[in-house]
Amino acid sequence: MDEPLVRWDWIARNWDNGGPTSVKVLLENHIVMAFVPVVVGLLIAIPLGLACARYRWLYQPTVGIMNIVYSLPSLALFSILLSVTGLTQTTVIIPLTLFSLAVLIPAVVDGMKSVPDHVRQSAVAMGFQPYKRLMKVELPIAVPVVLAGLRVAAVSSISLVSVGALIGQGGLGYLFIDGWQRQFYTPIVVGIVLVVALALVADFVIIVAQRLLTPWARRSA
Amino acid sequence: MNWLIEFFGSAEYWSGEDGIPVRLLQHLEYSFLAFAIAALIAVPLGLLIGHTGRGAIVVVVAANAARALPTLGLLVLVVLLIGVGTLWPVLIPLIALAIPPILVNTYEGIRGADPDLRDAAYGMGLRGSQVLFRALVPVALPLILLGLRLSAITVVATATVAAYVGLGGLGRYIIDGLATKNYAEVFGGAVLVVLLALAVQTGFTLLNRVIVSPGVRQVR
Repeated sequence: MDEPLVRWDWIARNWDNGGPTSVKVLLENHIVMAFVPVVVGLLIAIPLGLACARYRWLYQPTVGIMNIVYSLPSLALFSILLSVTGLTQTTVIIPLTLFSLAVLIPAVVDGMKSVPDHVRQSAVAMGFQPYKRLMKVELPIAVPVVLAGLRVAAVSSISLVSVGALIGQGGLGYLFIDGWQRQFYTPIVVGIVLVVALALVADFVIIVAQRLLTPWARRSA
Repeated sequence: MNWLIEFFGSAEYWSGEDGIPVRLLQHLEYSFLAFAIAALIAVPLGLLIGHTGRGAIVVVVAANAARALPTLGLLVLVVLLIGVGTLWPVLIPLIALAIPPILVNTYEGIRGADPDLRDAAYGMGLRGSQVLFRALVPVALPLILLGLRLSAITVVATATVAAYVGLGGLGRYIIDGLATKNYAEVFGGAVLVVLLALAVQTGFTLLNRVIVSPGVRQVR
């Protein structure tokens, strides 16, 4: 086989060829399908995680359910949802949101557990009301642990979207199918590189966000 | 619901080359092979790196790559590069994806063991390998099992995807069903895969109960 791994002219021609499968469009779809689950997941995980941290009896069953959810193969979930939501991006977004939740809820709970008891008591002694204490003291301290979970959720989500290509909604995953059907390496390599690059960018953005949200950590370091 | 009845109720799915028993056995065979090979590589390596502290960078790289690399892309590329024919082209990416969770958790388990425990074991006169196997491994066992569980789950899920590049197993129902727009088959196959994943999950939970020392369990 003399086919080179990457044909650069293919990339130049297909980056933005105006069609629905130009690399640029696939990349945009990929970002939407990976990003929405993580954001929605975080928005749901924060209140649920706080509830679990507050009411201990909620924690074990929630983690148990999340463990089970996390063990479900993405392709199976996509296929089952296909009958409900059809060939839309929602079919990919819903399972990925569940996977994000499975990572983020334990992260929020662990984050709240990482708040030292003496800090919490000091806040009470200083007259912080529960809501203010949560917003001004507990959540900021929980940020590093929550964001560590968010990094895992974001990177996994970005890589899992491509499986959706098997049900016709996979963003960059389409390139894998395309390359396989035509026995053509270039789209596959482009797809892998872009997915990994996207994951690295997301990871980097979250690290920067963490530095901005926890300025005290920078000062002491 | 009708699809479930249509799929599980029809006799053609219960016998022959494309029957559920055959497909299930195939799925178990590939998954177990890939998982076993990955465990044989990753557990000793994780123990070694965790115990000696050398080569920890391998673990970090493995952990990140495992999450970021798209399974489907890797599968398709490797199989295209090696060519189909034997089972190996499909097994290799499965193994590659199964190694990182085991490696990372085994390493973390050994690394994260209480330093006092390590010191006490040496103080009692145990040699390096005895410290590892008699003191550190039992304490690290919950994390090692977690790694094995995550890996097994990854393999079962990926073996489903691998049906796309010609592997047998339960993924065939999903892939073939999608290709022929037979949604009862897609749905039935997906339900079978979910059940298998749940069985694996349950299996590891039970294993955890049986082999983790009661003392270690109490601490956690």
